[in-house]
Amino acid sequence: MRKIYHFRRNLVLETTTTCAEVILLKMNDDFENSSISRLHTKKQSLDDMYSAPANFLEIDVLNPQTTIVQGKKKFTDYEIRMKTNLPVFKVKESSVRRRYSDFEWLRNELERDSKIIVPPLPSKAWKRQVPFFGGDEGIFEEKFIEERRKGLEIFVNKIAGHPLAQNEKCLHMFLQEETIDRNYTPGKDYFKLYVIALILFYISV
Amino acid sequence: MNFLGFGQTADIDVVFADSENRKYADCRMDENGKKEKLLLYYDGETISGKVNVTLKKPGTKLEHQGIKIELIGQIELFYDRGNHHEFLTQLKELARHGDLIKNTSYPFEFPNVEKPYEVYTGSNVRLRYFLRVTIVRRISDIVREIDIAVHTLSSYPEMNSPIKMEVGIEDCLHIEFEYNKSKYHLKDVIVGKIYFLLVRIKIKHMEIAIIKRETTGAGSNVFTENETIAKYEIMDGAPVKGESIPIRVFLAGYDLTPTMRDINKKFSVRYFLNLVLMDTEDRRYFKQQEITLWRKSEKTRKSLSNSAIGGTASTQGSTNNLTQAQQNATMPTHLVQGASSIHTSSDIQGSHTSPASSSNVVSASAAVDHPNMGLFTEEDSPQHEAQSKTRSNPLAFDTDEDKTPSKEEDDAPLSASKEQPQQQKSIDESSSLFDEPSATITEQQQSQSNNTAISNNDGEIETSAATADREASTAKD
Repeated sequence: MRKIYHFRRNLVLETTTTCAEVILLKMNDDFENSSISRLHTKKQSLDDMYSAPANFLEIDVLNPQTTIVQGKKKFTDYEIRMKTNLPVFKVKESSVRRRYSDFEWLRNELERDSKIIVPPLPSKAWKRQVPFFGGDEGIFEEKFIEERRKGLEIFVNKIAGHPLAQNEKCLHMFLQEETIDRNYTPGKDYFKLYVIALILFYISV
Repeated sequence: MNFLGFGQTADIDVVFADSENRKYADCRMDENGKKEKLLLYYDGETISGKVNVTLKKPGTKLEHQGIKIELIGQIELFYDRGNHHEFLTQLKELARHGDLIKNTSYPFEFPNVEKPYEVYTGSNVRLRYFLRVTIVRRISDIVREIDIAVHTLSSYPEMNSPIKMEVGIEDCLHIEFEYNKSKYHLKDVIVGKIYFLLVRIKIKHMEIAIIKRETTGAGSNVFTENETIAKYEIMDGAPVKGESIPIRVFLAGYDLTPTMRDINKKFSVRYFLNLVLMDTEDRRYFKQQEITLWRKSEKTRKSLSNSAIGGTASTQGSTNNLTQAQQNATMPTHLVQGASSIHTSSDIQGSHTSPASSSNVVSASAAVDHPNMGLFTEEDSPQHEAQSKTRSNPLAFDTDEDKTPSKEEDDAPLSASKEQPQQQKSIDESSSLFDEPSATITEQQQSQSNNTAISNNDGEIETSAATADREASTAKD
C-alpha cells in the first residue's frame, strides 16, 4: 500500500509500507527540475549477495612450544595457521611453525623491499634474555610468551592484509612454506603470472 | 593645529545610496572566521552615497589639505603582509584644501564599476573591496575604510556532465563512482553512488568529504592549504561485489565559495570531493575528484530597481537590460572556464610515480586520464613531508607511503587538458599524505598491468601502513 503525504505545495513524500526505501522528490519554485532522487543502480545478483566474501583472510598465531634440541639453545616457536580465499595466496590453507627471529627476518625484508611502513613487532625483551634477571623463567615465561603471541598475531595480520605487502615473496615464504630459505632472491611473487604463463605454454605447445 | 591630540579631529561616516533596497552578505572578516554583514554589490553596479564628516570638537575649525574618497579592490597575501596588490583603484576628490567649520556631507558616485572578482577571506589570502576616505592633513591624515561585499554570479552551465569513473587497486579493490554533475551551485545537492566491482580488502566504513584547497603564490613559492569543509560517513560495514551505496550531500549547509581559478594570477580556491574507504587495519583508500562550484543569482519576488540591474545574472532571459559590463558578469570566465575538463581530469592527492611506470600504464590502458586513488593512514607523522602530485593513471588507487620524498613527474603526456598542480603538505588531518616511494612498486605495477590489464581497469598500488604502528615502531627496542 502506498501512502502519499503532501507537505507544502512543493514537497511530496512517498512511502511504501512494503519497502523501506523513501524517495524524496523536491520541486521548488525555481522550476529547476533537478531531482535529488537516487541515481539508477544495477541490481545486485543473488549470487553476489549471498556468496562468500572475496576478502576472507584469517591468520592465527597459536600453540607456542618451547623446544630443546640437543646441543642447541632452547627456543619457542609458534604455529602460524592461515585460511584465505584471496587469489594472491597460492595455498588456501596452510600451517607452519615460526619463531621470533623468523618474524624479525620478515620484518627486515619488508622494511627493505616493500613500500609499506612495517608495523612493529612485540619487543625483543633483552632484559629477559639475561638468565635469572627477573627471577622468573625469562623468555620462556608463560605470560610473556602469551603477550608475544598476541603481538605477533597482530603483526602478521596487519601485513598480510596490506595490498602492497601481499605480493612480496618473503611474505609468501614466511606464511606458506615449510622452511624459510634465507638465501632466496627477494622480489615480488607473481603467482598469477606464473599460472597464466603455464597455461599459455600449454596452449602453444 | 593638532598637537598631541589637542587639536580638532573628525569622524568619518559613509552612507550608501539605496542601502535599504540592497542585500547584505555575511562575509568572513578575518582568518578566525568572524563574520560581518557587508553591503552587497555586483559587477557593473554603481557605488554611490554620501560621506559625512562630523567634527568632534564643536566650535573649532578643521584645517585640511583635501578630502578624497577611493574605491579599492585589493588582494592581500598573508605571507607577504604589507604588500597589497590593488587590482582596482578609483579616486574621487570630495573637497580641495581648506577649513571645515561645521559638519559637512559630500556626495560621491563611482558609476558602473567593474568588479571582476568575488570577495574572499581565506587562510593565506584575502580579497576585499573597500572605500577609503582620507582627510589629508599636514601631520596626520584622518582615514576611514569601509568594506563592501562583491559576489560574482554565473548562469546555468551549458555543459554539466556527470562524473563517472572506475578506479581501483589491482586485485584488491575496484569501485565505480558517479556524481550527477561536475558543476554545482552553492545551494545544490550532490547526488551520486558508489558501485563495488571487486572487494578483496576488509572495509570498515566509507565517508565522503568536501575539501577546499587554497593555492597562493606563483612559481617556486606556491603554498597550498587544504581545509575539510564537511565530512560524513556514507557507509558502515563491509560491502561486497555488486552493492551500490547512494550519496546525497546538501551543499547549502556549508560555508562554501564559488570555485576561483587563478584570480589575478595570485590565488586559486578549488573544491574537491574526497571519497575515503577505511579498512579494518586503519588503512585508508581515497579518491579525490574536483568539482566546480558557482554562485547562482537569487531570484527575488521584488522587481529589481534600476541600480540593481547589474547584479542579477541572466538565468532565464533577463539579459535585455544588461549593459556590456553586466553581460560580462553573467559568466565570469575565471569561475567556469576550464571546468569542462573537470570530469576528465582531476586533482588528486596522489602519489608519485616514475615516468617509466606511468608510460607503461598508459600503454596498457585506454588513453583516458583518470586520477588516482590514494591509500594512506590516519595519522600523519610530522617527519614525513606530504608532497603529492596529480597523476593521470587510469583508474588507480594511490596509496602514499612516506619513506622518501619523491620527486617524480606527472605523466604529462597522458593528460593534455589536465591540471596538475604541485601540492604541498596537506594540513588537514583527514587527508594526510605521504610521499610515494619509487621503483619497486612501480615495477610491480608495470608487469602487473602489462599482463593482467583489463581494458579499463589498471591498478597501481602505493601504500602506507598504519601510523599507529609507525609511532609504536619508533619506540620499539
